[in-house]
Formats: sequence, structure tokens, C-alpha cells
Amino acid sequence: MPTVNMNVNGKPVSAEVEGRTLLVQFLRENLRLTGTHVGCDTSQCGACVVHVDGKSVKACTMLALMAEGCEVTTIEGLASNGSMHPMQQAFMDNHGLQCGFCTPGMVMTALDIVNRNGNDLNEPTVRKELEGNICRCTGYHNIVKSVQAGAKAMGE
Amino acid sequence: MVANGIGASVLRKEDNRFLIGKGNYTDDINVAGQTHAYFLRSPHGHATIDSIDIRAAAASAGVVAVFTGDDLAADGIGPLICGVTVTSDDGEPHRAPAHPALAQGKVNYVGDHVAIVIAETLAQAKDGAEKIAVEYGILQAVTETGRAADDDQAQIHDVAPNNMCFNWPFGDKEGVEAAFSSAHKVSKLELINNRMVTNPMEPRASLGEYNTGTEEITLHVTTQNPHVHRLILSAFNQLAPEHKLRVVGPDVGGGFGAKIFVYAEELVVGWACRKIERPVKWTGDRTEAFLADAHGRDHVATAEMAMDEDGKFLAMRVMTQANLGAYLSTFATMVPSYLYAFLLAGQYTTPLIYSEVKAVFTNTAPVDACRGAGRPEATYLLERLVDVAARDMGLDPAEIRRRNFIPKDAFPYQTPVVQCYDSGDYVAALDKAMVLADYEGFPARAEEAIARGKCRGIGLSSYVEACGIAPSAAVGQLGAGVGLWESAQVRFNPTGNVQVFTGTHSHGQGHETTFAQLVTEQLGVPFENIEVVHGDTAKTQFGMGTYGSRSLAVGGVAIAKACEKLIAKGKKIAAHALEAAEGDIEFTDGNFTVAGTDKAMNIGEVAFNAYVPHSYPEGLEPGFDENAFFDPLNFSFPAGTHICEVEIDTDTGVVEIVKYSAVDDFGKLINPMIVEGQVHGGIVHGVGQALLEGCRYDSEGQLITATYMDYAMPRADNVPSFDVDYAPTDPPDNPLGVKGCGEAGAIGAPPAVINAITNALNIKHIDMPATPENVWRAAQGVA
Repeated sequence: MPTVNMNVNGKPVSAEVEGRTLLVQFLRENLRLTGTHVGCDTSQCGACVVHVDGKSVKACTMLALMAEGCEVTTIEGLASNGSMHPMQQAFMDNHGLQCGFCTPGMVMTALDIVNRNGNDLNEPTVRKELEGNICRCTGYHNIVKSVQAGAKAMGE
Repeated sequence: MVANGIGASVLRKEDNRFLIGKGNYTDDINVAGQTHAYFLRSPHGHATIDSIDIRAAAASAGVVAVFTGDDLAADGIGPLICGVTVTSDDGEPHRAPAHPALAQGKVNYVGDHVAIVIAETLAQAKDGAEKIAVEYGILQAVTETGRAADDDQAQIHDVAPNNMCFNWPFGDKEGVEAAFSSAHKVSKLELINNRMVTNPMEPRASLGEYNTGTEEITLHVTTQNPHVHRLILSAFNQLAPEHKLRVVGPDVGGGFGAKIFVYAEELVVGWACRKIERPVKWTGDRTEAFLADAHGRDHVATAEMAMDEDGKFLAMRVMTQANLGAYLSTFATMVPSYLYAFLLAGQYTTPLIYSEVKAVFTNTAPVDACRGAGRPEATYLLERLVDVAARDMGLDPAEIRRRNFIPKDAFPYQTPVVQCYDSGDYVAALDKAMVLADYEGFPARAEEAIARGKCRGIGLSSYVEACGIAPSAAVGQLGAGVGLWESAQVRFNPTGNVQVFTGTHSHGQGHETTFAQLVTEQLGVPFENIEVVHGDTAKTQFGMGTYGSRSLAVGGVAIAKACEKLIAKGKKIAAHALEAAEGDIEFTDGNFTVAGTDKAMNIGEVAFNAYVPHSYPEGLEPGFDENAFFDPLNFSFPAGTHICEVEIDTDTGVVEIVKYSAVDDFGKLINPMIVEGQVHGGIVHGVGQALLEGCRYDSEGQLITATYMDYAMPRADNVPSFDVDYAPTDPPDNPLGVKGCGEAGAIGAPPAVINAITNALNIKHIDMPATPENVWRAAQGVA
């Protein structure tokens, strides 16, 4: 089996994987970073979104081997020194989650939205940008508020 | 008032772990030596299994074991059960075909379970499954709800002639017929309640471990009701005695009904881990969820309303054919019967109602409760029919509702269909919703839309729902195999912090926060010192779980009762310590005080005294830990009016919801932030049904909507933000004054959306889902 090397949440990791191993499987099963979830098998739901070299990626759509040498950030890598990232805090403050299953993917997507669109996000932009993340609990109302609030907080 | 108590929008205790990636869902759990399971499923809708050859699979790399239905039967495991009996019109119980967890001789839907392959890795289990050789004898499939009972259809189960599970007439047939024959006007509507796939975002999973030393099975499973799972798996499926089976529902990623039921996979995994003496883990993928989770809705119905010259409802008649799928899921029979026909009165004084429900088997996945369960079907039918009646009578939809509402001074109100509503003020909710929606301003907005080439419509839906199903004696009379009380244990630790054990289960509802608010309000213990524990049969006393919006209305009251017991005991302890008479002790804000003095003792000190009873009332048991059970006197009946405004592009058929206003009566709110979130989610579930979601099988029983690319889930850009408000009443039967809120949106929304579309297009009816194609056809007058 080939060996894959990458940095995950700032730490170098290395493992032998089957060629067919998906990045999300590598994260969840090899590294036991189970915050990244699998909600579908057609790259539709977005529960598995992580950042690879600073860009959001559905980790079910990428082989682990394709992340060779990359910087991967997962939901576990956002909080620092026991404090949540402003986007995580915004989801808490705005009740942007219920069962929590889609949440890691939502937060990682939200950060990518801010990276590409800035800190002042209007509702139509957020809704359009969230099209690739499905939530069954919240009806999106509070997720949209969370993303807007988190974006603003990140700019302060 | 206590900080973070009743009525405060406290941020949720559970959010931290979910937000930092430390949730603990079933698939996140890994144990030493675990194997991975994969289920070989039927590729055919209806077929005999003529032979199964597992030899090549068993010899495949990494495969530990392969089991089929014969292996389960040899160990006396199963079959799966349905826990509610409905008596058919011939006086016999509903037809209940055997439901083996692994098929025996025949498969009855695509996704039906044929074999389990257990291997060192999931990939090896899947590779092994490909090597199982099954010879099928393909039979004609039955897939249409409305045609399943016809004579030309194939026969699925020997015990159910004409694929009929039951025919259940209910109500005053003759009285209704008489009212119809003398009515001023009869409005009639034929409609479909589209089949939905429930789709919690976390796919189902289970992890079974067997301890050869204690002979105990521990089953982690995606469940809304761990004790119900344990009871059924023990008492009916012969998996293990109840005291040798621990069921854990850890963090569960949404349920919406789909995780109430005991499924084949869970039973087989629980059995297999003992068989091979190694842990077995199964995690379904999304396609398996589409194929084999219980689905929801799927009715074909005809509804008629008889009216007098003022549009007053005289009688209603409803004929329904309900699809139950290939086998009976755990509570399947209850959904289109008691949870449906008993809600047909809605908010109205209609004195006479007759309903006939024919429940049929088809070669499709089993159908059971999905958010609302029977009540959305009843509400959609009724609220659509009322709009058609308004159209036929030339009345405004709000006006015809107003003329027929149960007046607020008529509560408790006995409907002609069993239910006795607890409290309500339907006019208040309607009025408030109309203001919130700016109903009066609609004509001007419609004019303005026309100027832009768009077509606007407004629709309302005045729903009532029944939740917190109870009391136990009543559900027992209806044929349920369980009681529907709830339990709680409130335990002080010696250092004064509190653990609250509830038999309900939180899978998104925020119980860890709401229940802690109840306890901090009642006992005065700081919110942060209270932990709510649920979901593990080894930790919590028996409980019935979470569904039917019951957790607060039933489970919350049990917690309050346990707190009352603690206060009563605390008074004895404090009286002794403060050298006062028990009758002179008062309890407020966490302190026991001697009336009229400054002598006081905090409840934390009382708890410490109870565990270190050096100076203690004679004869009183040590410990500060109380248990309570609560069996409600009645259901609770949330109600409200939802108003939806849509704008339609008639060239494309695309419907945009431009404004959505909801005014609900949930009684007293414990955490308004959480309640509002439940309303939002429910509305979008309902909007999904109305505009997007439609589960389809082809004539051979192939599920042609088995992924998120074929089955349209509502996404952020399909819906607007919502205007939510409340018109509460005080339900006299509920000690906390609360009603349920989890399903209301999914019940209220579908008719509001469709009524808005029919209003926009000035048509009598359009079936759900009102996809762009369907709306475009309706707009062009093309069938």
C-alpha cells in the first residue's frame, strides 16, 4: 500500500492507505478525527467539508493520496487555546445548529464563504453559497444568521 | 426570577462539543477488535429467492462470517414486529405478515435484507458481498398506492388478500350521509400526499459488542428511544434478556421519526456480535437510507365537505388509501389510522366526520412515522379542502375559517373524532398571523408583481396537532403495545451539583439545555451545575424516548415532579437542621427558610446533609435522589396559523417563497430560541414536501430517487427567513402549561404553500411536490 503524507491541523501525519481510501475515510478512520462527517455518497450534503490548502473541499470527493503534501484543516483545527473560532462562536450564539451532524461542514463552508466574499455578507449571497450543504434540522434561518454574524466577527 | 430559568433564550449546553468536532455519533465510536458489516440487499422489488450460495463470499479475503435468514431463524431471532393493532372492518386485527430481519425465501422491496457479510474492513465486506450468488425468481411488483388493492395486482403476502393490511372505517357514516344529502353545497377534492424519505442527516448505524464474561450485549444505535429498542429487541426479537442488553443512543444526528423504529440491521448486528464473539459495526450510506429507512406519508385520498348557505361546515367525508410498504414497520399501522383520522376535525366545529382508511402493502420500503406522522396528512387534506370550499362558496379563505373555528370559550372541546382539545384561541392566532403577513396589503403586492410579469399568491393554513400521545390507558385501548408515560430521575451529588436522567432522547431538540432550565428554575441550582443525561439504558431509568413532540410536555413534567419530591424531602432535612417545624419551612430560589425568620439553608447544604446524615431526621432515608413517572391526562394540542406568500414565474414554473409567517400556540415557552429553531426546521421540512421532495418507484419497484441528486432536499437557497410569533393559551391538563413544538412546522407548512400556489394560479388544486414542471403545466393549463 502506498504511503501518504500531509499536515492535518498543523501536525504532520503519515500512513499507509489503500489507493481507494477517500480523504474523509483517512481523517475519520486513520486519524480518528471524527468531527468530519459523512452524510451522503454523492458529494451533495457537505457534511464532510474540510479545507485543503486553504480551500473548501468535500472530503468524500477526494482520495487521501490526492492530499499528498497538503495542508488540511478540519473542524477540530479551528479552536485555539480552548477558545472557539469566531465562526464557531457565531453558530452557538445564533442557534445555528440542532443535531450537530451537518455543523462541521457548515462551519468549514462558512469560513470559505468569508475567505472568498469578505466580512459583509448579505442574505442572498449566504443562501446561494450554502447550496452545497444540507441541513434537515434548522431550516437554514439561523445558519444564515450565524454565517453573517461570524463573518462580521472575523473582520473585527 | 432565576437566571437561565423558564422563558430565557439560554444558549445550548450541547453546542460546544458539536462545534469543535467532538460530537459522539454512533459511527464515531470505534472499539478494539471491531469488524465491519455490509448488508447484501435485494436488487428486485418482488422476487422469490431460489438459492443463495455464500461459499465464495465466506472464502473472500478478510471475511469473518456470512449469515442469511436461515442462520437467524435457526437461532430463533426475530421477526421484526409492529406494535400497534388496528382492527379491520371484518372485526379481525390488521393483517401482519412475517417480517424476517434477513429474508427467507422471498424479497419484497428493493433494499430488503438478504445477507450480512462481516469482514475485517468495510471494503472487504463489500467485496465479499459481491461474491454471494443469489438466484431470484422475479415476480410482478406492486408499487402504486391507489392500485395496490386492485384485483389485477400481484399478491405480496399470503396473509393479506388483495394486499390489504386493514380497512378501517371510523365515524358516523349514516349521519354524514344524511348531512350531505341536505347540504347547501358540497366541495370535493382528490389529492395525493406525496411519499417522503425522512432523511435525518446522520445515516443509521449500529455497533454491537458482546461481553463473553457477563454475557451482555451492548448495542450503540442511532435511536430516538433506546429503552423501546431494548424492550422490543428483548421481548419480541429474542436478542437477549432485557437485563443482558444495553442499548445506547449516543449523539444522534437527527431523527424526525426515522430512528424510532427497530430495524433489521440493528437486530442482526446485535445478534452477530455474539455469534462471532467480536464487535460488529454497521454504518449505512445515504443510498441505503433511501432504500431501507422507513419512509413517510404516501396517501391517495378523496375528501368532501358539506356546507350550509353561510359556508358553515356540516359534515366531512374522507376516503383514504395509505401505503404501508412491503412490511409493517414498528408503528406503521398507527400513523394512517389514529394519528390521522383523529385529527380530521382540525380547528373547526364540523359536527359529523366519517373516514375510511384502506391500508395496503406494496413492494416499496416500509412506511411509518415521519415528522408529524399522520397529522400532516390530515392537516394537508383538511386545509386544502377548506380552501376549495372557500373557492366554491366565494368566501375569502380567512373568512371561511373564521366562520368555522371552535370558539375560544368552548375549550376543552370534544371533537366528533375522539380527541378532546385542551385549549386554544384560533382567532387570536389567525388575526396575529394576518398582521404579521400583512394580509391586507397582499392585493397591492400582487398588482406590483404582475407589473414585473410575476404571479403572486397567498395561502393560509390553520392547523391543530396532537402531541405527547397519552394517556397510557387510552393508547392501550387503541391497540398500542406500550404505555406512553415518561420518567425522570433528579440526583444531587453530595457536592451539590445535579444530574437529571430522562427517558426522552435528544437528537437535536436541545434537551440538555431546556431540561436544565426547568431544574434551575425549580431548584435554584445554578444552570452550569446541572447535567442532563439521556440515551443509555445503563444510566437512565426506563423511558419511552422522543417522538410526537412529547419530550417537554411529558418528560419535562416528570422532571418537575422529581424536583417536587426533592423539595418535599429537603423540607424535612432543613427543618431538622434549622430546628423548626417542617410546616414552617419555605423553599424559594434554592433556599429553605424558616418562615418569618432569617434562618436559611441552601439546597446544596441539604443535599450534603442527606449524604452525610450525621445530624438527620429520625427515620428519613439518606440520599437526595428522586425518581418520578408522569402519565399525562391527555394529548397536548398545539395549533396555529401559517401564512405563505409565493411569487411564481409562469414561464419557468419556479415558485419562490417571498414571505412566510407563522403564529403558533405552544403554551408556555421554556427556551424561546430553541422553540423558534424547531419552528424554522419544521417549516422547511413542510416546504420540502410541498415544493421539492417526492419519492418515486418505477413499475418494477426500483427506487428512482435514491440519492440527493434525484431526491430534492430543501437547501438554503430554496427558502426565505421566517417571521415567527406566538399566540399562547394555557393548557389545563399540562402541569407545566406547555405543548409540543417539534412537528408543528411540518404540519402547518404544506397546505400553506400549496394554498398560496393555487391562489396565485387561480386553480383548484395542484399535487405536491409543486415542482417547476408541475407548476408550469398548471400555469399553462396542461395536465
